Amino acid sequence: MDEKRKKELERVAAIVRGEVIGMSHRAKSAHLGSCLSCVDILTALYWEAPGMDPGDASDPERDRFIFSKGHAAMALYAVLAERGFFQKEKLASFGEPGSGLAEHPLPGGVPGVELATGSLGHGLPVGLGMAMYAKIAGFDFKVFVLMSDGECNEGSVWEAALTAPANRADNLTVIVDFNKWQATGRSCEITSLAPLADKWRAFGWSVVEVDGHDIAALSDALKSAGGTGKPLAIIADTIKGKGVSFMEDDNNWHYRIPNAAEVEAARRELGLP
Amino acid sequence: MAGGLSYTIDDLNDLTQAQIYGKVLNELGRKRPEIVCLTADLAKSTKVGDFFAEFPERSFNFGIAEQNMMTAAAGMALTGLKPYVSTFGAFAAMRACEQVRTDLCYPKLNVKIVGTHAGLSMGNGGTTHHATEDLGILRTFANMTIVVPADGFETAKAIEASADYDGPMYIRVGRGFEPFVYESIDYDYKIGKAVRMREGKDLTIIACGVCVLAAIEAAEELEAEDGVSAGVINMHTIKPLDKEAILEAAGTKCIVTAEEHNILGGLGGAVAEVIAEAGLGIKFKRLGVPDVFSVIGYPEDLYAHYKIDMAGIYDGVRELLGMEKIERDDH
Repeated sequence: MDEKRKKELERVAAIVRGEVIGMSHRAKSAHLGSCLSCVDILTALYWEAPGMDPGDASDPERDRFIFSKGHAAMALYAVLAERGFFQKEKLASFGEPGSGLAEHPLPGGVPGVELATGSLGHGLPVGLGMAMYAKIAGFDFKVFVLMSDGECNEGSVWEAALTAPANRADNLTVIVDFNKWQATGRSCEITSLAPLADKWRAFGWSVVEVDGHDIAALSDALKSAGGTGKPLAIIADTIKGKGVSFMEDDNNWHYRIPNAAEVEAARRELGLP
Repeated sequence: MAGGLSYTIDDLNDLTQAQIYGKVLNELGRKRPEIVCLTADLAKSTKVGDFFAEFPERSFNFGIAEQNMMTAAAGMALTGLKPYVSTFGAFAAMRACEQVRTDLCYPKLNVKIVGTHAGLSMGNGGTTHHATEDLGILRTFANMTIVVPADGFETAKAIEASADYDGPMYIRVGRGFEPFVYESIDYDYKIGKAVRMREGKDLTIIACGVCVLAAIEAAEELEAEDGVSAGVINMHTIKPLDKEAILEAAGTKCIVTAEEHNILGGLGGAVAEVIAEAGLGIKFKRLGVPDVFSVIGYPEDLYAHYKIDMAGIYDGVRELLGMEKIERDDH
């Protein structure tokens, strides 16, 4: 990726972060830290991975993306709006009663959302089913699943991790947003998550470890998906609360809601008006 | 011949319920390339081995991992396939409970779950493998359809009907040694429409699954021994429930339900809700597992123990009618 493109996408990510912080403030909605850690991953995916074009949202051969860490829905909505899946004005309805933009995604709530997520450990199995379908139907679409590291506590994640290589689902890619935190503590202390990359390798997956805030590196990793005979796990090394100095690596922002002054300070840091 | 399928009554007579499921699924598979079959290392037990042999490219063994299987079925359905998921009823309804709710029922996907070895049919296999809660659990999931075939013929009918039925469905079958209720497959079967098996003016027995045959036999005994005229309804669909059939049955002023399930939440509970909401203060009794963890034993002995065999239903009706209790050694 050239420097110009990189700068352009970093600007997109900053705008998305600003939207997310505003949504959290307006709707008094939690999980801001979890949102900010995955914004660069989502930006790389929606702007760089082929097959994530809003124009293809109903094409049966489209690439699929399952946003398994549904609690970070604000990040998904802001990215989808910025990418043109729906009008940005719609973000104002986030968290309102009857809105398609629920705190955890609804099935068909907005274009680009394939299914309800938020109950953790469901995204990888559903992605696996889609990937297996592509194999049967002879389609060459790819399936991407974004999970959190805390989500790896769920047994169903490892059921799917065991099953995907046996089915040669090399059209399936999981990206783990490895931000080292879950709701109440360090993800590597609550369970023996480390060494995370080795675990996926041992389960028969190809593994790429990347800086989860380097959009160029993420782009390369996402483009390397497919055709290897093995499913791909991208372990994205991230920082919870990334982009705002007073939120970074501070797990209080798993639940905390920014006040008006904090929103203003955050936007200043992000270079937003 | 049913619906253009190539099996005959003679083919089905010697097969168990689960085997019939396997046979009908193969028939459907030949006509419908979108049907795929998923199992959690129970292809042999759940009698889908023939499908695996004939359609290996459309058959998937997910290993002993029901949650992953159920959600992967959702992924397949989202992309256009029609998965038939086979596992024991206990594991479909309980091990993968939330996956069924959130991934299949919430988006109303075309996934058919065939829960075999349901109820008490696992017998000595153990209470871990009994499923006497599945109807109660799954009945509370919006968009879910639940059918409990009375015998092998009805299993064939249900599987056939399921192929064109929109949304998720739980088809509850036993281990497969259950006797036949119907003499042929030549009757009208419609999901959601109860079948009147016997007319009666003094009371109505509403039953599902293995209890349908027991109810018919009990009704015959009541007529022969006591001059009691008992009607029998085969409530093969637990959801959506045929409320009209229940309200009509309430005209006899006395209803007994019989099911291979906890008396809470299943057929008996569902019928009670309809009667109560209609404001009908009629005599009513639920027969089934009385809110206990079932003991182990041969299925036939368990049906007797929980009074859902012929004698148990007969006694239950007499009790409800205020007739003298009959002492029995075998209960």
